[in-house]
Amino acid sequence: MLRISSLITCYGRIMALRGVSMHVDEGEIVAIIGANGSGKTTLLDTISGVLAPKSGSIKLFGQEVSGWQPEKLVRLGVAHVPQGRRLFADLSVYENLILGAYRRSSRDKRLHLEEDLERIYEIFPVLKERSSQKAGTLSGGEQQMLAIGRGMMSRPKLLLLDEPSMGLAPIVVRDIFKIISSLHKQGTTVLIVEQNAKAALSIARRGYVLETGRVVLEGTSSELTKNPEVRRAYLGKGYKHIIEE
Amino acid sequence: MPIWNKRCETMARPDIEQLQLERLQARVNRAYRNVRFYHRKFKEYGVEPEDIITLDDIRRLPFTTKDDLREAYPYEMFSVPLREIVRIHSSSGTTGSPTVVGYTKNDLRNWAELVARVISAGGVTKNDVVQITFGYGLFTGGFGIHYGAERVGASVIPVSAGNTQRQIRIMQDFKTTALVGTPSYALHVAEVMEEMGVKREQLALRLGLFGGEPWSERMRQEIEDRLHITATDNYGLSEVMGPGVSGECEYKCGLHINEDHFYAEVINPDTLEPLPYGHEGELVITTLTKDGMPLIRFRTRDITRLNPEPCKCGRTMMRMDRVMRRTDDMLIVKGVNVYPSQIESILLEIEGVEPHYQIILDRKGALDEMTILVEVSRELFTDSMSRLVDLEKKILDKIHSSIGVSARLKLVEPRTLERSQDKAIRVIDNRNL
Repeated sequence: MLRISSLITCYGRIMALRGVSMHVDEGEIVAIIGANGSGKTTLLDTISGVLAPKSGSIKLFGQEVSGWQPEKLVRLGVAHVPQGRRLFADLSVYENLILGAYRRSSRDKRLHLEEDLERIYEIFPVLKERSSQKAGTLSGGEQQMLAIGRGMMSRPKLLLLDEPSMGLAPIVVRDIFKIISSLHKQGTTVLIVEQNAKAALSIARRGYVLETGRVVLEGTSSELTKNPEVRRAYLGKGYKHIIEE
Repeated sequence: MPIWNKRCETMARPDIEQLQLERLQARVNRAYRNVRFYHRKFKEYGVEPEDIITLDDIRRLPFTTKDDLREAYPYEMFSVPLREIVRIHSSSGTTGSPTVVGYTKNDLRNWAELVARVISAGGVTKNDVVQITFGYGLFTGGFGIHYGAERVGASVIPVSAGNTQRQIRIMQDFKTTALVGTPSYALHVAEVMEEMGVKREQLALRLGLFGGEPWSERMRQEIEDRLHITATDNYGLSEVMGPGVSGECEYKCGLHINEDHFYAEVINPDTLEPLPYGHEGELVITTLTKDGMPLIRFRTRDITRLNPEPCKCGRTMMRMDRVMRRTDDMLIVKGVNVYPSQIESILLEIEGVEPHYQIILDRKGALDEMTILVEVSRELFTDSMSRLVDLEKKILDKIHSSIGVSARLKLVEPRTLERSQDKAIRVIDNRNL
């Protein structure tokens, strides 16, 4: 589905990605883990078109899309849920969700918008309860749900999630990850970037470890969770599963 | 015959290449960071990990040779702290230092997986009784096949090498269906069976999985006819991992390389330039998943050709020709790697021995026989017989203990060994493979 090779992205003269290659197959959850500043967010921003790469290739459904504008990629089926949610705080929950469908045709919206909204409300009942409340008044966990819900309103084939656990209490993280799992089971392919390696690897099939803009390890989630280096650097002592199947 | 890991072994070519690029970049990044040898070599060559943009860029990276591994003795090539290494194997050394290979837990899991693929391609299933006649120990043959066969779920008999009569009794009593070892040992087994009066019909044997030494199609035919089995070849080398690098499927038309774990190139051994597919040259292997001791562009000295065409068996993994020759003077005697220089250095340590020797290899029945002719000083010859006998014993003991192969020895007077234009002929190989 997504195939990236030797991607280089710079901020001015600073090289944030130094030749990253990775892929996501249809139906997978793939995790990118790494410390702060390792290039995780840059990678997602480059995939979704927020940043233009200096060189390298991004192929989506067999088509070269590097350097494409974000709205074109949304139409191709990519939804990006950015770090820190980036909601419209003064708009209502309902309005934020509707904005998620902005790239869809008016005919499509007329026919399916209500149905999709209902589907999102089913997954996130709390959003329905608060549909007329301003997004800025939601709790952190609810805001994250809204950000994901808004992404899902574009009916994506590939969902890019940037640090969905950020700033959330462990119990809320667990809820969010359960939801990500269920979106995946309903057919969405997911690429998730996380500092919380425990949580990400517990739902992903495979993962890549980024360090200063380079992939230094890759493997199945079980290989990575057993890897002593990953355990030391990203899982901490007393590792235990956060998500129980 | 069943494909052990369909998802990996039948990947489309572009998917294999994507995975290889991802893994190559990750391994190169780590080797550069963790292994002083590679860090230094990269600097010398003026390359950085970022220079690997496509798979072809691998040719910009330095080679690793057996000598590099010797100099790194014992642990300098390891990419992880020793506490993460859970197994250590070693191969014989030429002049002093052997080479050492370390495996992490994950390396061992991968090793078992890859051997499982290779022996599945050779026909082994969970219903087989697998008798392993490779040596267990520092040598990778025994343990390597062992864990792969267990992974498949076969019943594994770890007999190890030697005691052929006992091997045959076990084969009869335990109803062994698959024999694993060197091809020459398989022929030896056939001969001893005849001597013992054991009929082929008294065995349940149906498969033979052979490796560790070169063997010809003629020899395969003979083994298959005499033991009534399907015999396949598999390849590996201890520096890279051991058995499990590649193996034949039922079509016997080349050995499928486990390309998701090893990147294979064939180079011209003189110019070191990579050669196109189908050209004969030296096999060079880069490990793509090894944590304990990653190798970049390891020169195997084995001569082969690569063939990326899909195979009738359904596997998409590239095939290599069976290895029949080497680029160096390494001899394979009874499945053990022997360099003439090893023998030379042993001889030179012993007083009274002249630096003139000759290694004669014969095949007696199915087994290799190594005879070493050594010139000794005239004084020794005029001395008492007992001194000569002592010397002979000393040399033989040393050879056996450091090389691991028994040999026969003949002490001869100075200037009796043949020299061609004053250049000594070190090896006479009378074996007709």
